[in-house]
Amino acid sequence: MTMHQVPAEDTKPAYNYAYLDEQTKRMIRRALLKAVAVPGYQVPFGSREMPLARGWGTGGIQVTAAIIGPSDALKVIDQGADDTTNAVSIRKFFERTADARTTEATEEATIIQTRHRIPEAPLKSGQVIVYQVPMPEPLRKLEPREAETRKMHAWAEYGLMQVKLYENIARFGEVTTTYDYPVLVNGRYVTAPSPIPKFDNPKMHMSPALQLFGAGREKRIYAIPPHTSVKSLDFEDHPFRIQSWTEPCGLCGAGDSYLDEVVIDDRGARMFVCSDSHYCETRRAEGHRGAMLGDAALTGLVEETKP
Amino acid sequence: MTVHASFPDAALEPAPLLTVSGVSRFYGERIGCADVSFDLWPGEVLGIVGESGSGKSTLLRCLAGIDKPDAGEVLFRAGPEPLDIYSVSEQERRRLMRTAWGIVHQNPRDGLRMDVTAGGNVGERLMDRGDRHYGKIRERALDWLQRVEIAGSRIDDRPRQFSGGMQQRLQIARVLVSEPRLVFMDEPTGGLDVSVQARLLDLLRVLVRDLGLAAIIVTHDLAVARLLTDRLMVMKDGHVVEQGLTDQVLDDPHHAYTQLLTSAVLSV
Repeated sequence: MTMHQVPAEDTKPAYNYAYLDEQTKRMIRRALLKAVAVPGYQVPFGSREMPLARGWGTGGIQVTAAIIGPSDALKVIDQGADDTTNAVSIRKFFERTADARTTEATEEATIIQTRHRIPEAPLKSGQVIVYQVPMPEPLRKLEPREAETRKMHAWAEYGLMQVKLYENIARFGEVTTTYDYPVLVNGRYVTAPSPIPKFDNPKMHMSPALQLFGAGREKRIYAIPPHTSVKSLDFEDHPFRIQSWTEPCGLCGAGDSYLDEVVIDDRGARMFVCSDSHYCETRRAEGHRGAMLGDAALTGLVEETKP
Repeated sequence: MTVHASFPDAALEPAPLLTVSGVSRFYGERIGCADVSFDLWPGEVLGIVGESGSGKSTLLRCLAGIDKPDAGEVLFRAGPEPLDIYSVSEQERRRLMRTAWGIVHQNPRDGLRMDVTAGGNVGERLMDRGDRHYGKIRERALDWLQRVEIAGSRIDDRPRQFSGGMQQRLQIARVLVSEPRLVFMDEPTGGLDVSVQARLLDLLRVLVRDLGLAAIIVTHDLAVARLLTDRLMVMKDGHVVEQGLTDQVLDDPHHAYTQLLTSAVLSV
């Protein structure tokens, strides 16, 4: 076999299907199976170098590459949006290497790779959501020693995590962690939900979809199988709460979605819009109109969809 | 109901809390401590004195479950049956270290979390054992801060903002909040000025008596030993050279080294 094979007319360049070689994919799948068997437990795996900088979603890409097939429909979101650079590049990557059908519709997707959000539309049984995780160890900032954090997980010594929440309440009157809010998976492992806003934490609880987490730089994979309890840590007298906003989405009028604050001029005016771009578009197509949709269409911020 | 024993205390606590037999710890060729044996009874305060390098702290680390001794065993009576703390699983030993006994370090920085507030420091052991009610944890923390004479208004300050003596008292509160039966103290008054030492000693004496704690106090200060301890053990070069009741050892020292030690104390 020569190193530089010239591809024949009908074959792809010298890459395996979905970029990774079959042995690597098997290794990742073994790690995934173990992760699913022990919900919330971080399984080490041999993270590979990907054509993408560490910290840009290499963990998520490797997990997706290991599970994707020609019949899958892939959706990639970054901060909830389908049209950001990272999401577009990753989608293109799998279009080229895995012949994948890509989609922006949450309902149609079989695999959703995400950074920082869970889509607003409820996930269904049979869907897989792949999270890109920068920091898989929820205890790391509290306990720098890896050997020690493993012991703490092994023996469920999670008092220290509670001390962190206590400190928040003592200083600020409430838990101020708003993203990567620690959760207890299946009543056993304290787990980092990746930097999703705590608004999305309740969606993980008893979700019918399979949730996979890949941390490429930290070389860890973990999972939350369908219908598994996911409890956000709290105190009995300071129960877990999600964010809320005083106004609905400016474009589609949704009052139940996670909103981004967008500064729209240099005089301090701002608007709130859905961070999930597909959800917002779907609602606008259904005829929902937010208070600022007309202005936004005039300035070219969005294309106004005719109901 | 009939009343049986005439000595109710003896009937309640018929066995030693800690039984140490033949504990030795070596650092390569050198001896850390060698062949140390003693019993500690509930409510008793044992002092370990000796010059620096005599193996006091090594022994304490062995007894407290931090360093496994090379020989000998340490039996701790947590329940009805004595437990060899080095034959139980590490998980169980760590649980005991967090609940059944506590360690007060010489340097408060070793025993406190310096970037966590006083309340969080005191509450940590409660949260370790599963308390999840913020208000109750805070109430207990406040109570304990007051018992170690730290103003309640300092509950949300970090240990960095405390004086050395306050840090030491905070460390004591942090250990005692989980109501341990045994406390190890390594030079609890080291590095504090004399008036602060005196107040700390007063406090320790009151706490130990009130709570019926058993304690092992390592010190090189004979005055501390005299004030706090019931029984004294004198160590030299890793060996125990003399042990007995504190007053007896200090007033009528038998071993040449103990005689040297007691005569070396400055009296003002």
